[in-house]
Amino acid sequence: MSAPSAPRVVVVGAGPAGVRAAQALVEAGLRPVVIDEGRRDGGQIYRRQPEGFTRGYAKLYGSEAPKAEALHRDFDALRGKVDYRSETLAWNLTPGELHTVRAGEPQVLPFDALLVCSGATDRLAPVNGWHRAGCYSLGAAQIALKAQACAIGSKVVFLGSGPLLYLVAAQYVQAGAQVAAVLDTAPARPPLAALAGLLARPRLALRGLQLIRQLRRAGVALRKGVRPLEILGSDEHGVAGVSVFDAHGDVQRFDCDAVGLGWHLRAETQLADLARCEFAFEPTSRQWLPRLDEDGRSSTPGVYLAGDGARILGADGAEAAGRLAALAALSDLGHAPGRALYQSQHADLRRTLATMDRFRRGLALAFPWPQAQFAGLPDQAVVCRCEAVTAGELRRCVDQTGSREVNRAKAFSRVGMGRCQGRYCGHAAAEIIAHACRLPVEDVGRLRAQAPVKPLPMDTREVLS
Amino acid sequence: MPADSPTARFVRLAETGRPKLALRIDGRPAEALEGDTLLVALLSHGRRVRDSEFGDGARAGFCLMGACQDCWVWRENGERLRACSTVVEAGMAVLTRPPADYWPMTPDLAAHLSRAGGES
Amino acid sequence: MSAPTRSDVLIVGGGLMGTTTAFFLRRYYGLSVTLLERELVGRQASGTNFGNVRRQGRDLDQLPLANRARAVWGRIKELLGEDLEFVPYGHLRVCYTEAQAAVLEQHAQAVKPLGLDLELFTAEGLRRRWGIFSDGVVAGSLSPVDGHANPRLAGPAFARAAEREGARIVEHAEVLHIEQEGGDFLAYAADGKVYRAPQLLIATGAWSKRLAESFGEPVPLEARAPTMGVTEPLPYAVGPSIGLSSPIETEGLYFRQIDRGNIVFGGGLKSIADPVNIRAYVKPDNTLRQLRELRRFVPGFAHAQLIRVWSGIEGYTADWKPVMGPSARVSGLHYAFGFNGEGFAISPGVGEVMAELLATGRTSTPIEPFSIGRFAGA
Repeated sequence: MSAPSAPRVVVVGAGPAGVRAAQALVEAGLRPVVIDEGRRDGGQIYRRQPEGFTRGYAKLYGSEAPKAEALHRDFDALRGKVDYRSETLAWNLTPGELHTVRAGEPQVLPFDALLVCSGATDRLAPVNGWHRAGCYSLGAAQIALKAQACAIGSKVVFLGSGPLLYLVAAQYVQAGAQVAAVLDTAPARPPLAALAGLLARPRLALRGLQLIRQLRRAGVALRKGVRPLEILGSDEHGVAGVSVFDAHGDVQRFDCDAVGLGWHLRAETQLADLARCEFAFEPTSRQWLPRLDEDGRSSTPGVYLAGDGARILGADGAEAAGRLAALAALSDLGHAPGRALYQSQHADLRRTLATMDRFRRGLALAFPWPQAQFAGLPDQAVVCRCEAVTAGELRRCVDQTGSREVNRAKAFSRVGMGRCQGRYCGHAAAEIIAHACRLPVEDVGRLRAQAPVKPLPMDTREVLS
Repeated sequence: MPADSPTARFVRLAETGRPKLALRIDGRPAEALEGDTLLVALLSHGRRVRDSEFGDGARAGFCLMGACQDCWVWRENGERLRACSTVVEAGMAVLTRPPADYWPMTPDLAAHLSRAGGES
Repeated sequence: MSAPTRSDVLIVGGGLMGTTTAFFLRRYYGLSVTLLERELVGRQASGTNFGNVRRQGRDLDQLPLANRARAVWGRIKELLGEDLEFVPYGHLRVCYTEAQAAVLEQHAQAVKPLGLDLELFTAEGLRRRWGIFSDGVVAGSLSPVDGHANPRLAGPAFARAAEREGARIVEHAEVLHIEQEGGDFLAYAADGKVYRAPQLLIATGAWSKRLAESFGEPVPLEARAPTMGVTEPLPYAVGPSIGLSSPIETEGLYFRQIDRGNIVFGGGLKSIADPVNIRAYVKPDNTLRQLRELRRFVPGFAHAQLIRVWSGIEGYTADWKPVMGPSARVSGLHYAFGFNGEGFAISPGVGEVMAELLATGRTSTPIEPFSIGRFAGA
C-alpha cells in the first residue's frame, strides 16, 4: 500500500504497454489506477477470449503465445495491487484530470502523472465500395476469430498491406476458413532501406516469410503490387467480390462475401490531443504523431505516451515503452525508488526501443501507405463511413470553398464529424484534400480530436462531488 | 457444429459447444451461444446489423473493437447497445432499426415527415 | 514595405458581421472593400455558435434589426447561391414555471406591435403538437417563421459571395495597429503590409476592445465560451429550434435537430475562453450538467449518444447590448461587435445596416441604443 503522499498515477489501457507500465509502478511501491475499455485485460493484440471459451494459448496466439500468457499472468498477479477499472472509457481530459465513465457513472481522476497507453486501430484507405456490409478492418477479422471463433464470411479476401495482412490470412487458413486471396498493395520488391530496417529483427522478418509460404502452400492466391478498384456488391446485400489492377495493370476479380481491409495501424491519439500535446508529421508512415522524447514524455508535463498509441512498434515495443515511460514518470516526480529503477534500466529499454523503431521504419517502407491510390479514388467512393461523405464531395469542397486544411474541410463537408470522430477517414481525407489542392499532405494539417473520445451516453450522470 | 442459418454472414469455426441462449432480434426469436457478442449473434442470423442513416445501405459492423461505432443497435425500449462490445444475455430483445415509436407521432412530426417525403 | 492597398472601406475582422457587411457593400453600393481576417473567416463566435435564427426573447430594441435580418434569411439562397441549411420551421421557447409562462406571454404582447407574432401554447398544446417534452414543461411560445441554420457554413459563404461581388478578402492578415493619416485609416498587418481606406469597420468580436480603445473608446467587453454539443443522428422529428426560458442559468438549454438527424444543443454554464491563444475549452462538468438538463427537458434524449462537444469565443458587453454603429469620436470609423452570444440570427441584418451606414451615412433601422458612445466616460 502506498503512502498518502504517493504520487497519483493513472494508466489508460491494459494492453502490453499499460500492463508493463502498471507493473513498473507497482514494483516502485505505487498503487496506480488502470483504466481500460475492454472487459478483460490484454488489449487488442493479446485480447483474452471470453470466459467459457476453451482454445489454448498456442491456438489463439500462435508464435506469440508465451508472450501473451506472460502478460496475462503478470497482470493477474497485479490485480490486487492496482485499482483496475475495466469497461471504463476515458472520455475527456483536462489539465491534471482524467474524466472517465463506466456504465453511466462518471468519475474525475486527478493525476500527477498520466500514462496514455491507448493502443491503435487499423489504418484504412478507402476503396470504392468499402462501406458495404461484409467489409471489415483486418483487425476486425482477427478479433472475430480470436475472441469469437468466427470468420467474417464464408469466403474472405484480404486486401491492404502490412504484416497483419499475412498474419490474419494465415490464421484464417489455419482455423479452417476459406481465404480467396491476399492482395497486397506493396510492390513485390521492397526498397533496400526497408530490408535494412527489417533485419533489425531478423526472426520476426523470417516469421513473415513463413506466413507467406504457408499461405502459398494452402493454395491461397497471393498478389503483390495491386491497385484496388472496387469492393463489389450492392449497398443492400453487401460484399460480393473484390476487383483490383494486378502488378501488370490487368483487372483481376475475386468472388467473396467478406473483405478484411487495412494498411498497418494508426495510433489512438485522441487523449494526447486533448492533453494539448504537440504533434509532428512522421514522413515514413505519412502520419501525425505526438512529439515524444525517447522515454515517452510528451510536450505536456505529466503526460506520458507509450505503446502503439504513440508509436506503432508492435507488442514487444509496447511492453518496453510502457515500462520506460512509467519509470520516467516516477523519476520526474522525484519518486526515489522509481528514480533508482529508471537509472538502472532506462538505457537498456531505450536500446530495445531503438531496435524496434528501426524495424518499424523497415515495415513502413516495405508495406507503404498507398498514397498514390487516393488520386484515382472515384468520386462516388465513400471516404467518411459515418457521414457518408464521398471523395467527390471532398474534392468539390476544396474546389468550391477553397479549404486547404483538413479541419476546414471537416467544417464544410462533415468529413470526420461522425460517430468515429475521423478515426477511419482522417488520414485518407488529408491525402485527398492535399491532392486536390496540390499541397504536400503535411501542409493540410490533421484532424483535431474533440471530446468525447468515444460517444458518451446521454444518460451519463453528473459527477457527484 | 450447429448449422448456421443459410443467411448468416459470420461462420463459426470453433467453440461451438457453449450453452445456447435465446434472444429476440427485430421481434423474431433467435439463438446465440453464451459468450457471443451481440454482433456475432446478429450476424449468425442475418447479413446486416443496422442501416446507414444516409441512404448508403446496410452495415454489418466494421472494426469489432469499439472504435468505428458502426454497430450501434437498439433495445426494444430504445436503449442503445454497441453490438461488438456487448455480450449477449438470455432474453435480450434488440432492434436493428430505430424503434418505430422513438418519437411520439404528433401533427408536427407528421408534417415534417411529409415534408421530408416531398423533398426526396 | 509594399505600397498600401487603398479601398473605400476597410473591414477588420472576418466573422459574420464583417463578411455580411463586405457582401452588402459590394452587392448594393458597389464600394471597394478590403476585409482583413487574422485567421480564417467565419470562425469563433460566428462559426461555433448554435445557429439559431431567433427573434423572440431579444431586447425589444433589437427587434427592428432582427426583423430586417429575418427578411435577409428568407432570401439567403438567392443572395448567396446556397441556403446555409436555413430552415424556417419555427423557434419555440418553453418554460418550467407559471411565473416564466407569464414572462413569455408578456413578451408576446410586447413584440406584437414590433412586427413579431408569437403563438402561445399550454402544456397540453405543446404535447399535442410536439409530444417530446417532459411533464415539467408547462407553457411555450412559438415564432412560426423563424428557425435555424448552419453557422459553420455562414461566414465563409458570405465571404466567398463578397469575393464574387468583388470584395477583397485577406485571410491570415493580423492587424497590429491602425493609424490615421490625411483622412485615411492605415491598418498595419503583421506581415508588413499596409491597408488604407477613408472608412473603417471594426468587427473583431471578443477581441475588439484593443482597437476600440486605441481610438479612445474603451468598452467593457468580456470573452466567454459557450458549451456546445451534438448527438449522433436520431430519427428526424423536431422542426423548430427550441429553447428553455428560465432565469436559472443551468436550466437555459436550447437544441435543434438538423435534417440529417443530429441534435445540436447548447446553453447552461459557459466554458473556458482563452482569447490570447484563440482557444476555447469545454468544461466536462458543464457537458454532464447539460445532459442532465436535456434529459429533464426531453426524456427521449436519454438514449442518444453525445458524439462531439465544442466551444468558441464570444464577446459579451457589460450591458448585454451590442456595439454597433458609427464611432462617437472619430469620423469614418464604425463598429459592429459584442453581440453577447446572440449575433448569428441578426448578422445578415447587421451587414445590411452597416453597409447602408458606410455607403450613405444613415440607416433606416434604429440602432441608437447600440452606440459605443454609451460607454463614454463610464
